[in-house]
Amino acid sequence: MAVEQTDAQLVSRCRAGDPDAWNEFVERFSRYVYAICGRGFRLAQHDAEDVFQEVFARAYERLPELRSDDAVRPWLAQLTRRLCIDRLRLNARDTPSAEDPDEREADDVLAQLDEAMAVRAALDKVGDPCREILDRFFCRDESYRTIGEMLEIPAGTIASRISRCLEKVRSELDGRNRASPPS
Amino acid sequence: MKIEMNGFDEEQIGRLLRLLPPAPEGWVRAAQELPTARAALDELVARAEHDAEFRLQLRADLERAVASAGFEPSPFVVSRLRRLLEEV
Repeated sequence: MAVEQTDAQLVSRCRAGDPDAWNEFVERFSRYVYAICGRGFRLAQHDAEDVFQEVFARAYERLPELRSDDAVRPWLAQLTRRLCIDRLRLNARDTPSAEDPDEREADDVLAQLDEAMAVRAALDKVGDPCREILDRFFCRDESYRTIGEMLEIPAGTIASRISRCLEKVRSELDGRNRASPPS
Repeated sequence: MKIEMNGFDEEQIGRLLRLLPPAPEGWVRAAQELPTARAALDELVARAEHDAEFRLQLRADLERAVASAGFEPSPFVVSRLRRLLEEV
């Protein structure tokens, strides 16, 4: 089972100037920020890229001011949300036909993304090979065949591996850690 | 933030995982290089503040001047520097 740091521990390392911590910070939250831009506010790719970079630039500058290291995820969510809305309003000014951002719908998506991040954290805790198999199948939309080729395992066993890995994640989420080794 | 996840079945877990595809690699790499880019920015701005000729070069062709000064003219550095130069 992989040992994962809490968000607070990671933020604390960033504050202390640990050179690897910032890379891990970006790695941990990049999907979340990306999903808020894309799923939450449906930004076009070039707008999403600008907002994505701006979020991490501001996070880097303002991390030392964060009052509670535990609150980094909601803080990032709010920062991303605000920058997405600013971007959409700017676009609407240039293109009057553009729709106003639907903030209520975006809030619903954000709530789902928080659940998804909790699942992601459980997956990180379960570790490889489950993390890699489930990530390739669900997040990268790879076929059984591609996964089999990339991981050098028989494609015919992928479905059962996915099923077993999902069960492990569910157990992790339920707090029922099973002692079986990774499949 | 405490999220109650008890009772989620495998199908829901799969559905939630699909909500978080990886961000494009180039975006992630650029964000990870921010500390280096920030250091470059600080140095470039300090030089622009004290060196009028360099300031003119930056205003004439920002990307080339950044590269000539020995720094990678990444989109982040260029856009931030453009903003900062307005204040110099």
